Amino acid sequence: MRLVNRRPGREAALVLSLLPFLLLVLAYLWGSAVRLAENPADKLLPWPSTILETLRGLAFEPDRRTGQLVFWADTLASLGRLGSGLAIAAATGAVLGLAIGLIPIAGALLSSFAAAAAMIPPLAILPILLIVLGTGEASKIGLVALGTAPVLVRDVALRVRDLPEELLVKAQTLGASTWHLAARIAAPLVAPRLLDALRLQLGPAWLFLIAAEAIAATEGLGYRIFLVRRYLAMDVILPYVAWITLLAFAGDRLLAWIARRLFPWAKAGA
Amino acid sequence: MSRIEVRGLWKSYGERVVLERIDLTIEPGSLVAIVGASGCGKSTFLRILLGVERPSRGRVLLDGAPLPPEPGPDRGIVFQRYTVFPHLTVLDNALLGLELRASRVFGRLFGARRRRARERAAAMLARVGLAEALDALPHELSGGMQQRLALAQALLAEPRVLLLDEPFGALDPGSRGEAQALLLELWEERGTTVILVTHDLPEAFRLGTRVLVFDRVRRDPHAPERYGATVTYDLPGHNRARSPRAPAAERASPRGGPP
Ligand SMILES: Nc1ncnc2c1ncn2[C@@H]1O[C@H](COP(=O)(O)OP(=O)(O)OP(=O)(O)O)[C@@H](O)[C@H]1O
Ligand SMILES: [Mg+2]
Repeated sequence: MRLVNRRPGREAALVLSLLPFLLLVLAYLWGSAVRLAENPADKLLPWPSTILETLRGLAFEPDRRTGQLVFWADTLASLGRLGSGLAIAAATGAVLGLAIGLIPIAGALLSSFAAAAAMIPPLAILPILLIVLGTGEASKIGLVALGTAPVLVRDVALRVRDLPEELLVKAQTLGASTWHLAARIAAPLVAPRLLDALRLQLGPAWLFLIAAEAIAATEGLGYRIFLVRRYLAMDVILPYVAWITLLAFAGDRLLAWIARRLFPWAKAGA
Repeated sequence: MSRIEVRGLWKSYGERVVLERIDLTIEPGSLVAIVGASGCGKSTFLRILLGVERPSRGRVLLDGAPLPPEPGPDRGIVFQRYTVFPHLTVLDNALLGLELRASRVFGRLFGARRRRARERAAAMLARVGLAEALDALPHELSGGMQQRLALAQALLAEPRVLLLDEPFGALDPGSRGEAQALLLELWEERGTTVILVTHDLPEAFRLGTRVLVFDRVRRDPHAPERYGATVTYDLPGHNRARSPRAPAAERASPRGGPP
C-alpha cells in the first residue's frame, strides 16, 4: 500500500503525536546526565529535580524583597498586558476593518494607510513607545496592540469585502441602513474570521510582549527570563519557556473553543 | 402593486454593450417572466431595477417617479445563491427586516414589539411551510426550504416590486414545483408586481402573465460586443389566474412573432 494511503488508527495517531515530545525529553535527560556526570555544578542542562525545586520556590515561597509569589506575579503581569493589548487590537481591527471594508469612502481614506502601517516593524517603534509612553504598562500594552492591530484591520477589511454582495444588497432591500449593515450583517459574519486572525496573532503578540518586558519591566515572564540570563539560570529559563508555550497553546485553544460556541453556523462554510 | 416604466434603456460596460433600446411598461400586479440566453443581460436588467447598477442611457420609473439609485425596501429580491443570512436562524432571518425597519439604532426589537413582530414572521413562515424549522440555521435547511425562507423574508418587507433572479434554478424538480406553486399562491394573494428571471421556458410560461425574451437582434460578427440584447418577444403567459389591470390585448404586444 502506498504511504499516502496508510492512515494511523486512533491509538497509533496518539502515540505518534506524543513521540516527538518524548524524544525531546529523552534527549534532554541524556544530555543533562552526561554533563552533570562531568561537572556536578553544571548549570546549562539542570536535572529535572533541580528545575522543580527552583520552580517550587518561585511559585510557593514569597520573594524576600517584595513578598510576592514571583511565578504567579510574573504570569499575571504578562497575561494582563497581553490580554489588554490584544483586546485593543481586536477592537481596532473590528471597527476600522468594518469601516474600510464596508464604506467605500473610508476604504479610500484608510486602506493604503493601513497597508503602510502594517509594514512598520513593530519592534522598531518600541523605543518610540518607551520615549512617548514611558516605561510603565502603557508602552508594553501599546507594543502588543500596535504590533497586532494592523494585520487584524486588514484581515477584517478583506473579509468584509469578500462577503457575497448578494447578502448586503438583500439586507438593504429589507431596510438596512449603513449602521445596520455593519452591526447586524457584516460584524457577525466576519466575527469568526476575526477570532481566527486573533489566534494567528497570538504568536507575534507574545513576541512583542517578551521583547518589551525584556527591555523595560519590573515583573513579567519575559522580564524574568532576561533577568536571570545573567546568572545562566537555566533552571528558571527552561520552565518559564515551557510555561509561556503552554499559555500560548491554551490561549489558542480557548479562542477556538469560543469561536465554536459563539458561531455554530460558521463551521458549515457559509 | 406598482407600475414600472422603462424608457430607452441602454447599459454598457466600457465598450461592451449589454442591453440596448429597452422600452417596457410593466403593469401593476403582473408576473413578468424574463428568459434569454446565458450572458444576455437578464441579471443586469434586474440589478438596474434593484438600484445596484445605473443605466448608461434611459430611465426607469417606479409608479411615475425615478427609481431610487440604491436598493431599498420598495423592491424585494430573491437571488439564486446567498439568499438568506447564514448566521441567523430561520425565525431571525424572517424577523430581520421587521426589526431593521422598526429600530434605527439597534436594528433589534424587544418586549411586546418583538412579540408582535415574531407573530407576523412566524405566520409568514408557516405560510411557506417552515413552521417546524423556526430555530434551524440555514445550513440545516434544504435548498428548497432556503428559497422559501428567502421568499418569506422578501415578502414580509411588503415590497412594491418583487425581483427574482433564477430563484429556483438550483432546485431539484420536486422542490422546484413546490416553490413555484408557492410563489403563484403568494402572488395571487398579495398582488405584488413580480419580475422573474428564469432559464426554464416552461416555468416562464406557467408562472408568467407575460413572458419577455431578451436577445440580440443586431450582430456584428467582428465585434460581438458592439450590440446588446433587447426585448425580442413579448408574449402572453399561460398564467390567467388573476388578470392584471391592463387588458390582455394590450399586454400581448408582440414585437416579433412567436418563436
Ligand atoms: N460589472 C460588469 N463589468 C463588465 N461586464 C459585466 C459586468 N456585469 C455583467 N457584465 C457582462 O454583462 C453580460 C450580461 O451579464 P448578466 O449577468 O446580466 O447575464 P445573464 O443574462 O443574467 O446571464 P445568466 O443567464 O448566465 O445569469 C455578461 O456578458 C457579463 O460578462
Ligand atoms: Mg443571471
